[in-house]
Amino acid sequence: MSKAILYDATMCIGCKQCESACAQQNKLPYDDTVAAESVQSAHKYTVVLSKNDKFMRRLCMHCEKPACASVCPVGALHKTKEGPVVYDVWKCIGCRYCMVSCVFRQPKYEWGSLNPRVRKCIMCPDRVVAGKQTACAEICPTGATKFGERDDLINEAKDRIRQNPSNYLPHIYGLKEVGGTSVFIIAAADVEDYGYPNSAKIGDTPMPEYTGRVMERIPDFIPVWTLVLGGIYWVSHRRDEVAAAEAQTKNGSGR
Amino acid sequence: MKFKLTFWRVVFIVIMVLGLYSTFIRFSRGLGAATNMTDQFPWGLWIGFDLLCGVMLAAGGFCMVGAVYLFNVERLHAVVRPAVLTAFLGYLLFIVGLMFDLGRPWFIWHQLIYMNFHSVMFEVGVCVMTYTTVLFFEFLPNVFEALNWTTPIKWIKKIYPVLIVAGILLSTLHQSSLGSLYLIMPSKLHPFWYSPALPFFFFASAVAVGLAMTIFESTQSAKAFGRQLELPVLVTLGGGLLVALWVNLLLRVEDFFHRGLLRQVFTPSYEAYFLWLELVLTFAIPITMLSFKKVRLSPQLLYLASISTVLGFITNRLNIALIGFETYVGHHYVPKWTEFSVTLMIVAMGFALFGLAVRYLPIFHTEIKHKLEQPERIKVGTGALSHAGD
Repeated sequence: MSKAILYDATMCIGCKQCESACAQQNKLPYDDTVAAESVQSAHKYTVVLSKNDKFMRRLCMHCEKPACASVCPVGALHKTKEGPVVYDVWKCIGCRYCMVSCVFRQPKYEWGSLNPRVRKCIMCPDRVVAGKQTACAEICPTGATKFGERDDLINEAKDRIRQNPSNYLPHIYGLKEVGGTSVFIIAAADVEDYGYPNSAKIGDTPMPEYTGRVMERIPDFIPVWTLVLGGIYWVSHRRDEVAAAEAQTKNGSGR
Repeated sequence: MKFKLTFWRVVFIVIMVLGLYSTFIRFSRGLGAATNMTDQFPWGLWIGFDLLCGVMLAAGGFCMVGAVYLFNVERLHAVVRPAVLTAFLGYLLFIVGLMFDLGRPWFIWHQLIYMNFHSVMFEVGVCVMTYTTVLFFEFLPNVFEALNWTTPIKWIKKIYPVLIVAGILLSTLHQSSLGSLYLIMPSKLHPFWYSPALPFFFFASAVAVGLAMTIFESTQSAKAFGRQLELPVLVTLGGGLLVALWVNLLLRVEDFFHRGLLRQVFTPSYEAYFLWLELVLTFAIPITMLSFKKVRLSPQLLYLASISTVLGFITNRLNIALIGFETYVGHHYVPKWTEFSVTLMIVAMGFALFGLAVRYLPIFHTEIKHKLEQPERIKVGTGALSHAGD
């Protein structure tokens, strides 16, 4: 069973303890300056944003069919069966295709480093495998960030919206977006106001399908095209050979 | 031999010195210091120009090999060698450019052991590596001839059919796949440039630029080395270019029409200005020019038409790689001077290596030999001249 995170923005009090727990878990610096930063970066995998006294967390959505994993030429990113999309730094060649392909703009880069790494929330894979919650869910004082079984969390999100329809917009962000994710957001405000991409714009199609449609034709294309090219080569050179042979016999008989 | 300081040599030295300084910054202080790339704009000029345009500009190699060896257009025999040379240098420099852009270039060989068959980038990488090897073997006979080694030439002649077919197959794959790279960004890339037909556009434009570059480089080197140009060759290339441009234009218009963009294309906007620039340079100018018989018979005007084509498709690829993302990102990306400087250095290296190769290797040599060996073929060539105006 795969795990997921449910973030309920209506329960969030903006204490930013998830930020600091995340930093601690991933051995990143965290102080007042970092806390004040309102953008994600190579040293800040998650951020709590506020707008009109309403809060919103941003973090990697851990797509069911992640674009980043499909585009990586060396397979440095992959979706684990437990749910997290993880990164194997020792494989990475630094092409940054993952960054360009992610609709949620999650992978960040160590631009100042001479041996730069891609940085993003990896959903505490060690803790998850060990049966523990993610650091952010564990520390959350209000339960706004909840960790659990994906299916259970989907049902819980639906229940919460059904029981308190006036508190929420009737939409679970992440349920269908780009084919579904492992992070779900329910909120009173539109997630777009906090930088999340518009659901209609990104659609329900898993991103890898856009390139997959072309890539899956290649195994057929190679032998067919080789035969066509080889055939043309053979025909055009055969014609030359025949012409040369004919010319020779002509010359021979002429003498 | 005395070294003379000409204008272009001074320019070359200045470009190289600045380029080496930028290289130093890139490898001593990282990508952040050397470029204006950010988390919002992770791909900049080096991907847009060095990679997307570099591979396109090297397309002349497979176009000429295909024309001469697959379709027996014998007239073009004289330009195969310079085209293959350009392609070989182009791919080598593409790899040099990649070394600057990759964050961890020392792990580039990972491509060969950690293979992700779902990745377009993986396919491009493997094709480029193999095709560069193919080009190396297609280029080798030049060196062997210069050294008067006949046996290895015979060996290469034996595998030539394989090289030719493999070279064109690999080119078809990775030229179009460069366009496929962008298929995964439908919500990011501006609709003017995002299209499900991107792989087709990239292949079609590669063919057009391959022809235009061959006209450009043969005219350019003829000027530089005081050689007489063979008009029938240029006329054939010009005719081919006109056809290729029409195919490209029809594909683009068809695509705009199907995606309901025709009105938006003609409405002024930031993106529309860049699109217009691209369309004027790629289609309006060269197609109008080449439609006149006078132009197709004049080396100077053909040269201008080919320059317009090349600049147009460069604009097209920069639009796809840079301009097309600006609205999505919400701010402009202007390359840092170090980025320009590295790109210029790579281009300058290309020109210099081409010059050296032409000087010391029998790149244009075959032309003369060809003429002496096969006087009949020249007649066929001039025959094309009279057809050109039809």
